[in-house]
Amino acid sequence: MAGGRRKQRFSRIHAFSCGKASFKGDHSLIGGPGFSRVIYCNDPESFEAGVHNYDSNYVRTTKYTLATFFPKSLFEQFRRVANFYFLICAILSFTPLSPYTAVSNVVPLVVVIGATMGKELIEDWRRKRQDIEMNNRKVKVHSADGVFHHTKWMDLKVGDIVKVEKDEFFPADLILLSSSYEEAVCYVETMNLDGETNLKLKQALDATSNLHEDSSFRDFRTLIRCEDPNANLYSFIGNMELGEQQYPLSPQQLLLRDSKLRNTDYIYGVVIFTGHDTKVMQNSMAPPSKRSKIERRTDKIIYFLFFILVLMSFIGSIFFGIATREDLDNGRMKRWYLRPDNTTVYYDPKRAPAAAVLHFLTALMLYSYLIPISLYVSIEIVKVLQSIFINQDLNMYYEEADKPARARTSNLNEELGQVDTILSDKTGTLTCNSMEFIKCSVAGTSYGRGVTEVERAMAKRKGSPLPQEEIEEEAHVEEQTEQKPSIKGFNFVDERITNGHWVNEPRADVIHKFLRLLAICHTAIPEIDEESGRVTYEAESPDEAAFVIAARELGFEFYERTQTSISLHELDPVAGRTVKRNYQLLHIIEFSSSRKRMSVIVRNEEGKLLLLCKGADSVMFERLAKDGREFEEQTKEHINEYADAGLRTLVLAYRELDEEEYSEFNREFTEAKNSVSSDREEMIEEVAAKTERDLILLGATAVEDKLQNGVPECIDKLAQAGIKIWVLTGDKMETAINIGFACSLLRQGMKQVTISSETPENKALQKMEDKDAAAAASKASVLRQISEGKELLTASSESPEALALIIDGNSLAYALHDDVKDKFLELAVGCASVICCRSSPKQKALVTRLVKTKTGNTTLAIGDGANDVGMLQEADIGVGISGVEGMQAVMSSDFAIAQFRYLERLLLVHGHWCYRRISSMICYFFYKNIAFGFTLFFYEAYASFSGQPAYNDWFLSLYNVFFTSLPVIALGVFDQDVSARFCLKFPLLYQEGVQNVLFSWLRIFGWAFNGVLSATLIFFFSISAMEHQAFNKGGKVAGLEILGATMYTCVVWVVNCQMALSISYFTYIQHLFIWGGIVFWYIFLMAYGAIDPNISTTAYKVFIEACAPAASYWLITFFVLISSLLPYFTYSAIQMRFFPLYHQMIQWIRSDGQTEDPEYCHMVRQRSLRPTTVGYTARFSKRERR
Amino acid sequence: MDVDGGSTSSDSTRVRSIPIRSGQCKAFLSQFKQQSLPACKPVLTPAWVIAIHLLLGFVFIPIGLVTLHASRGVLEIVDRYDADCVPEEFKGNKVSYIKDTSVPKNCTRILKVHKYMKAPIYIYYQLDNYYQNHRRYVKSRSDQQLLHGLKYNDTSSCKPEESNNGLPIVPCGLIAWSLFNDTYTFIHGTAELRVNRKNIAWKSDRDHKFGKHVYPFNFQNGTLIGGGKLDPNIPLGDQEDLIVWMRTSALPSFRKIYGRIEEDLEADDVIVVHLMNNYNTYSFGGKKKLVISTSSWLGGRNDFLGVAYIFVGSSAVILSLVFLLLHVKNPR
Repeated sequence: MAGGRRKQRFSRIHAFSCGKASFKGDHSLIGGPGFSRVIYCNDPESFEAGVHNYDSNYVRTTKYTLATFFPKSLFEQFRRVANFYFLICAILSFTPLSPYTAVSNVVPLVVVIGATMGKELIEDWRRKRQDIEMNNRKVKVHSADGVFHHTKWMDLKVGDIVKVEKDEFFPADLILLSSSYEEAVCYVETMNLDGETNLKLKQALDATSNLHEDSSFRDFRTLIRCEDPNANLYSFIGNMELGEQQYPLSPQQLLLRDSKLRNTDYIYGVVIFTGHDTKVMQNSMAPPSKRSKIERRTDKIIYFLFFILVLMSFIGSIFFGIATREDLDNGRMKRWYLRPDNTTVYYDPKRAPAAAVLHFLTALMLYSYLIPISLYVSIEIVKVLQSIFINQDLNMYYEEADKPARARTSNLNEELGQVDTILSDKTGTLTCNSMEFIKCSVAGTSYGRGVTEVERAMAKRKGSPLPQEEIEEEAHVEEQTEQKPSIKGFNFVDERITNGHWVNEPRADVIHKFLRLLAICHTAIPEIDEESGRVTYEAESPDEAAFVIAARELGFEFYERTQTSISLHELDPVAGRTVKRNYQLLHIIEFSSSRKRMSVIVRNEEGKLLLLCKGADSVMFERLAKDGREFEEQTKEHINEYADAGLRTLVLAYRELDEEEYSEFNREFTEAKNSVSSDREEMIEEVAAKTERDLILLGATAVEDKLQNGVPECIDKLAQAGIKIWVLTGDKMETAINIGFACSLLRQGMKQVTISSETPENKALQKMEDKDAAAAASKASVLRQISEGKELLTASSESPEALALIIDGNSLAYALHDDVKDKFLELAVGCASVICCRSSPKQKALVTRLVKTKTGNTTLAIGDGANDVGMLQEADIGVGISGVEGMQAVMSSDFAIAQFRYLERLLLVHGHWCYRRISSMICYFFYKNIAFGFTLFFYEAYASFSGQPAYNDWFLSLYNVFFTSLPVIALGVFDQDVSARFCLKFPLLYQEGVQNVLFSWLRIFGWAFNGVLSATLIFFFSISAMEHQAFNKGGKVAGLEILGATMYTCVVWVVNCQMALSISYFTYIQHLFIWGGIVFWYIFLMAYGAIDPNISTTAYKVFIEACAPAASYWLITFFVLISSLLPYFTYSAIQMRFFPLYHQMIQWIRSDGQTEDPEYCHMVRQRSLRPTTVGYTARFSKRERR
Repeated sequence: MDVDGGSTSSDSTRVRSIPIRSGQCKAFLSQFKQQSLPACKPVLTPAWVIAIHLLLGFVFIPIGLVTLHASRGVLEIVDRYDADCVPEEFKGNKVSYIKDTSVPKNCTRILKVHKYMKAPIYIYYQLDNYYQNHRRYVKSRSDQQLLHGLKYNDTSSCKPEESNNGLPIVPCGLIAWSLFNDTYTFIHGTAELRVNRKNIAWKSDRDHKFGKHVYPFNFQNGTLIGGGKLDPNIPLGDQEDLIVWMRTSALPSFRKIYGRIEEDLEADDVIVVHLMNNYNTYSFGGKKKLVISTSSWLGGRNDFLGVAYIFVGSSAVILSLVFLLLHVKNPR
């Protein structure tokens, strides 16, 4: 935009006028409830403004403030049952109830809570830094006397006048007063708000549009009354009192915080909403927090452990109570050495029940080692590291756009390994959303020789890929690319048209009009690169850009747009040279999903008024004039052909208007535009429809919606992995089916169950007067179609034929009714592939919810656009494609990837690994805590259940934090059952996650049993080996401290070596952590034993003096270690050899070196749990069978 | 188990193709981030399983044999005397016998040496059903007082034996109060066997836990006398039977060292033990035993470890054979 001021008053001719709009509809609400805001513009310091005391512009996105951090984050921590329990234990440990010293109990809790809080603090500090940066940005604010000063954003007040310059962000929600343009318009980029990259036009009120100088604000005073802060981005109601006059304000004057001023030198605006009152802040809701299935099951296991804990304590206190009561038998002391005659309530035989109850509390504290205190914090650390791996994976890094994969939430990593159903958007997800102009039909002739991906795929599908032709084709493409650098969005090859040859075609006049329409009828904005002089376009949608580019390449270069005109360099067919033409732009009737077309009205240099219109075939053909249907038949035929080839088609038509007709339209249209009532849209539509008729058909365009790189391969892999893929698209059925074929979701010979409302009978129904009856009838029809589909399904369950379900939006609306949806789901789940077309964003979300809740399986939604947000948030996992369509989907996703094909690696490799790691990590956690906790319990049985722990206090408390925590974290971060290559080679491995093989209750209890077994062996072997007799050569016997240290050594060895046995991937890090954990135990034992006996108490010199010199200590450790691990080792050897799990089979293959033996690999692949029904592999196998 | 560092080579070469030049650290970091660190990936192949089982067997059985041999080499004479030392008239009411201070408590036992016992020969007393590991009991001591004596006066942990008649007790607490006080004298032939009662406690206890200048004070002066008394003129650091007693046992059945006989005993020697049966185990039905034992490099006599080693070792061998059989019978 060159930016010069035009003399012509824009408002007179442009569609939106701001003149004397009347106060209609909602504006009457102003001043009432919900519309109470009053802004004294340019006078924020005044008394009246002070009364309202609106928020400052300081924005805080942090979770905590300095003051609330401690209480709030502590509260968050202790909301977890396990943490709360440990807090209670810590408090109780200060009472005489405690079996151990208070400090030793508090330290691990402090470490764990401190680590989690530290993590919170770091995260919050990052947000804080962003806030500080944001709040300290500068903007020019009117201070007094027409002088503007740079002021920090946070110091802005409601009512301030600000001046925002080009490419700056708006610091708050502003009302536009004036701009560098005469017409007081400005362009705004709202990428941060809704992800749309196109520029939006805003315009100030006429009354303020003349304030072009800083000095004009010296005495400017006005009063604005408007609605209260709310989250609705697209509505705004207010009025401005300027002098005696009142003017209505609409969203057209509202500039939202976080959007950017573009193509405009500066604007003046008045601040109306600040800080947290701004629409964008009101919109920023916390995304729904998602928890993985594994985490939910983990909670259940924790509860189970609590149950065991209570049970153990209960048993213990009963025995303790009995033993205590018997200590005093009719006044005669039995265990006199305990002085039962002179005791406290804790051991009083006369009050044995009370003693038992109190002992119960003691036992609860003593056995607290059953509950893994560090589990949650370990899981969090592991997940953060796993996310880093995902973010850093070079195989998911998209070099072209410099976009790595991003795990936006880390708590769903393992859920990635359990996905059962993928619900995918089509446009921008499966396809690139880069449109290529590939074919057109003009005057009944089809031009364009390009072959689409879909056509190629279809040729392949028909089994007749003429290889020679293909090679030629490719050669041709290469040739072409050599000739000139390929132009993005343009893949049109036809020598009849290109290079200006079209003038020689028989209907050159039509082609001329056709191309001119392409160059004029759009809302794109040209940007001229000053160096090369090349024109690039910024358009609302990529197909629009494709049109303008096509027009440019074919000789109609659109190079300038002002508010009132469009300028082209066009090829004059008569003169045969390029001339500049200027078209006066009168109206743009924009595209809307209900209208399905857009039009522009221009006046050409000859003064003729033209209405240029393009739109969907369904709406365009009925609007043609009787004499404008010359090419209708051929064009329709071509459109069907194009749609078959997976192309998007639009019909182009035009009409000449006479002056009268135009002035009539202008009046009505302006009136409709100016109305502020709620039915404004309909009014505009009505007026537009009156004019958009009697059109003359020019032809049709076909744009290819290109499949993204590697999509068919990726879908094939996912299908082999047994993941169901549903496509939910807003496109029409034909396009959706074509894309389905292109990416092998559909294939020939697959029975297609089509549920559509486009059947003839339904059409008849829709014409019925009675809407309710029509709806009921349509619903009945959908129900019938579903039942028919189910019959097919039952029929085909015997035959290997796969079914595909295709349903359109209207039918889907009925299918999602409460009484139908179960049947629908049953049918859909039975089908190999499901395609929902013409579905609205809400329907996408509803389908997702239906699958998620009814089947209970993990769903993953993947999409790129704002229309997928609902679906992404509803699904268990939302994956956003950080593609072209802005950031909206990414912002509401859990994972963001740049290309659909990375989903393969994200799920099959990272998903599988994370699932495996987290589940084995949690199992192992339970194992090690049960193994430890049960030795304590067994010991109690030998200590009269008195609550005396077998180990030194610090041994107890450091068990979870030091000696066993690092290896388990290493397991969670690094373990790989099979390498990435094999994960991808044997996609079926993924089913281990879907069927939850590694975290089934059986497996969890298996590990728990292993823990109990280990504890039993450790305890009984230790005490049997150390009972009575002298422990060393010097005749000394083993007391409590030696038995404790020995048993503890055994536990540390056993749990660490158990870890070494159960992992299948040793890097230095595992070695370091596992063996380091053991070595650290010995170092600790020596160090702790060397300090003053007052502190080390029973551990004083226990290792140096007693254990280390005694041969029996080492022999016992060795024996207990091996014999405790032998059962597990034998079990896993037998399982590995005779009942291998899928990943173990792959390990076999690898270790046998049979990976290169295709037959063998095939055999393993064939051991599928579920037959593959979609994807090209299935296609091949089908063909083989035939 | 096979070490498979090379299988990741395809990944790692790709990783290296991105510009990483300087140094090993960066290479490591990138391998780390791409999760392609060189790693050992063990797989439990049948060969390994059988080999490991066999290896275990071949390591365990010899260890077991050696251990068992060491244990069998230890000679042990165990004599339970708590029941037999009660005079006939008190058989029905042993508790009143032990509580009656007027009844003489001496008792004579005759031990026969079956085999040659080489010095040093250790003397133990063994108590059964005695919960020295009861929490109340274990906690009822003051380590500070044991080390510092009367200078340290916070003895609340010693309740109910922390003071008597307003004066603190040294050593305080239930453990000290219930000190074992049976005594033994050994007659070999005609001469008394010298029993060395020095150096029976852990050195660290003697040096660092019990004060060299802390003398018993106000001990066993209460109305209820627990166990043995202490010579108030010998510092705690030298009262080794107290020190041994104060190291609480782990299990309710335990031995504690009493002393050492430092001369060899020949086979068929007869030893007469004159003992004072002072300690009350009758109230709670505990047993008292006198144990005379030699020691080996492994300690005292306990066949468990040796037998267990042999058992586990042979199980491993059997398992490996079974596994081998199954493996051969069911080829994959």
